[in-house]
Amino acid sequence: MTLTGSLSFDASNVVVASALLLLLAGVPGLLCTTAAAGQRLAAALSVLAALVGIPAALVAAFSPPGSWLLFWGLPFGPARLVLDPLSCLFLLPVFLIAACGALYVVRYRPARTGYDRFLTVLYALMPGSMAFILLARDGLFFLAAWEGMALSAAFLMLADHEEAAVREAGILYLLATHTGTLLLVALFGVLYVVTGSFAFPATGALSAAAPMASLIFVLSLIGFGAKAGLMPLHVWLPSAHANAPSHVSALMSGVVLKMGMYGIFRTVTLFENIPLWWGVLVLALGTISAVGGVAFALGQHDLKRLLAYHSIENIGIIAMGLGIGMVGLSTGNSVIALMGLAGGLLHVLNHATFKALLFLGAGAVIHATGSREMDRAGGLLRVMPRTAAFFMVGAAAICGLPPLNGFVSELLVYLGLFRQAMGGSGVAAVLAVVAIPALALVGGLAVACFVKVVGVVFLGAPRQPLQQDAHEPGWQMLLPMGLLALLCVLIGLLPLAVAPLLEVAVGWHPLVQETHGTLATSAPLGWLSLMAVILLGLLALLTLVYRFMLRRAPCGTSETWGCGYLAPTPRMQYTASSFAASLVSLLAPVLRPHGHRPDISGLAPKPSSFASHVPEVVLDLVLLPLLRWSEERSSVLRRLQHGQLHLYMLYIFVVLLVLLLWAL
Amino acid sequence: MIDTLIHILLLLIMPPLLLGVINRVKAVFAGRCGPPLLQPYFELWRLLRKGSVFSSSTSWVFRAGPLVSLAATLTAALMIPFGGHGSPISFAGDLLLFAYLFALARFFTTVAALDTGSSFEGMGAAREVTFGCLAEPVLFIVLVALARESGFLSLTGALTYASGGMWPSGAAPLMLMAVALFILFLVENCRIPFDDPTTHLELTMIHEVMVLDHSGPAFGAILYAASLKLFVLGALVLHVALPFGAMQGWLGWISFIASMVLLAILTGVVESVMARLKLLKIPQVLLMALSLAAFALLLTVR
Repeated sequence: MTLTGSLSFDASNVVVASALLLLLAGVPGLLCTTAAAGQRLAAALSVLAALVGIPAALVAAFSPPGSWLLFWGLPFGPARLVLDPLSCLFLLPVFLIAACGALYVVRYRPARTGYDRFLTVLYALMPGSMAFILLARDGLFFLAAWEGMALSAAFLMLADHEEAAVREAGILYLLATHTGTLLLVALFGVLYVVTGSFAFPATGALSAAAPMASLIFVLSLIGFGAKAGLMPLHVWLPSAHANAPSHVSALMSGVVLKMGMYGIFRTVTLFENIPLWWGVLVLALGTISAVGGVAFALGQHDLKRLLAYHSIENIGIIAMGLGIGMVGLSTGNSVIALMGLAGGLLHVLNHATFKALLFLGAGAVIHATGSREMDRAGGLLRVMPRTAAFFMVGAAAICGLPPLNGFVSELLVYLGLFRQAMGGSGVAAVLAVVAIPALALVGGLAVACFVKVVGVVFLGAPRQPLQQDAHEPGWQMLLPMGLLALLCVLIGLLPLAVAPLLEVAVGWHPLVQETHGTLATSAPLGWLSLMAVILLGLLALLTLVYRFMLRRAPCGTSETWGCGYLAPTPRMQYTASSFAASLVSLLAPVLRPHGHRPDISGLAPKPSSFASHVPEVVLDLVLLPLLRWSEERSSVLRRLQHGQLHLYMLYIFVVLLVLLLWAL
Repeated sequence: MIDTLIHILLLLIMPPLLLGVINRVKAVFAGRCGPPLLQPYFELWRLLRKGSVFSSSTSWVFRAGPLVSLAATLTAALMIPFGGHGSPISFAGDLLLFAYLFALARFFTTVAALDTGSSFEGMGAAREVTFGCLAEPVLFIVLVALARESGFLSLTGALTYASGGMWPSGAAPLMLMAVALFILFLVENCRIPFDDPTTHLELTMIHEVMVLDHSGPAFGAILYAASLKLFVLGALVLHVALPFGAMQGWLGWISFIASMVLLAILTGVVESVMARLKLLKIPQVLLMALSLAAFALLLTVR
């Protein structure tokens, strides 16, 4: 096995070295005497990989791309690795969230058993594989890294496999990810037919007029879209993210989904010109995902399931940015292209920070309440004030509220859409006109949803007794959350700081290169900083005045006013379900909520109970019936699957023989 | 420079007057003398000097709520033009920041309401976010239509065009937009027929129930922020409904102040002649506003 390429000491080599360090960060820990020591060592190595890898990736993004050939002795030629600005941008969240998660888990889920050692190794293997997905430039190496990510994620999310719900979610995840991989195999097969090599074509080398071009694009959209969780390919996502341990959910939601978006971005870079309908298709899918994701999120009362649906929403927003950017590329409007693509990419970074923050916060909530059910929590702000503050930053950021980072990326996507709606014509302009109020609706629903989460979980009074030792989590859990919250604020206050990175990352297209450096001029990023300063300045002034007034006049403390009712209890507070009830009933045709209404009759009714639930509509009402139907129809084929290994090997032999004869 | 000063003075001083005007109109309709026109100022002054009572279940979130929403509304007020004059701060894309600042205010108002743990305030917060979700797309459709017609991505550019050059060619979409925005204005400011600002313990209301537990200076901030929101959204409605573009200089300021008072009178009349809608009807009216705005957009796209 030999490696060739630019092997001097430069930033891109340091990035590869840190990726390798991340990949194997869990291995030295196996030699430690206790599992916990191994876990701490893995955390230290992951943090080291991030501390080295993130600055190196930032430097490498502005350097000429590094490339390597790895002769690994497998058929189909050497593995190709390239580090270009787009890869660098996606590498940032991989390193960041991996390090945050590895540090968090030391306190969240201290390793005890041999099985935990295995999980520790996997928790470094998963982000390490993702780093190599981003470096890979040939089909075979890409698929190897892809499966490394998918399988280690599967084992990690099955950590609590004693529970039936976890096993069910794991099987669904495996089915979905392998269906996606199957399409990716087909994608690389088609690429092989077109180019005669498993190596990725050079940037802009494919023509969209070629016969297989649309097939390539659609295969990648479905294959990668299934991983990204674009609606309606999202069926596996809510249960997988809800049932995984929180640090795994943070990595899956913050980074793994982005690998799907990376695949679609990468496929787009391969083409020199983009047909209009590709962009329109991505924009439409993104709009459906954004609205659908947040609508379903609203109906959830499981905190992590709710966050998982918000991931679908945010993937939708990224896809909207990509879609409108592609429309700009195909119509030759460089400003729209720049806004859309840069907005989508910035939302990749932003969503990684605030969603990982929210999932890590959810883990702390679960420790305190012992449950993922929001309706069992309440008043946690008193128990864990710092966690609550960090969580609120994440919640405001994910709603796209100024002056935080979510607003910046949504603003860029909005600006792309507005410019298309203002100047364009035809189907793309009409879709942009529809997408703008849709994105506004998404913003409104997200505010509703996170007001519900923050209000029900952290504010008010506890609805049920908390765990006995409920307290602020240790620094290993607080530090990652605080760091991510700080990033949310910093990107929101100084969006110009990330503009150069976004510009080089979208600079692959000649059209965007022409307008190089105009993100600062064509988007009001400097103005956003100014407005943030004005807003925060006003807030500081008002706070000072308010404090002065409070000191001057008498202040009292009392119970919350019960409107005359003398015996209010915490159980009378609005719950997650009741808070969302009116919106859920407005959206009932889509959400199909069902409740188990109590039967109350007579003068002295018996004690009864009420429960309501919003199902996963696409899975429960479309996909499962379809699968059941096809299972019934295809039961004849079942006889082929009998569990006898030697006969299976015979099948393989027969197939090979047939192929051999066919080739002759 | 002078215009910027006048803009800031107007937005600081004038908003509570609108509440006074509305209350006076309602009093006249009811055959009463009503409180003095400047009563809201007296009330603000009284509240600022009062002591506060905080619920034992509340935290810093409860205290931050009124301040954040006032700061957000003030910042938004710097970006909207008053009359024929541009706003002090204007840049391409400020209409998005404008809309999202109100979302920020809503987030903190509702979160502060939930902090009390009262089921009444939870009810109000739930309603506020529900109607906010339906109201936001209306505003954005109007903004798209205005941006498309005017070619500007700033509020000053789009609104100045709407109240000036757009009248000869686009009167039809402007009228539709004005009606849609007026409905939005009533909803967002919690006026009859959507909400009743005078009742403090009815179960069918939205805004007042969310602020039941606030007292003293914080309640003053809420009252002031509510009047400021009335003022800012009123300016938005007026720009679409009236041709300010022809009026420059002092005439522009005077006509703006006069039409703002007229809008307050109109609001008072609506509040006097209509009853509050059933809560379940509100989404339907909002959908009507949405379709009016969509028709206006269709007229500009054609």
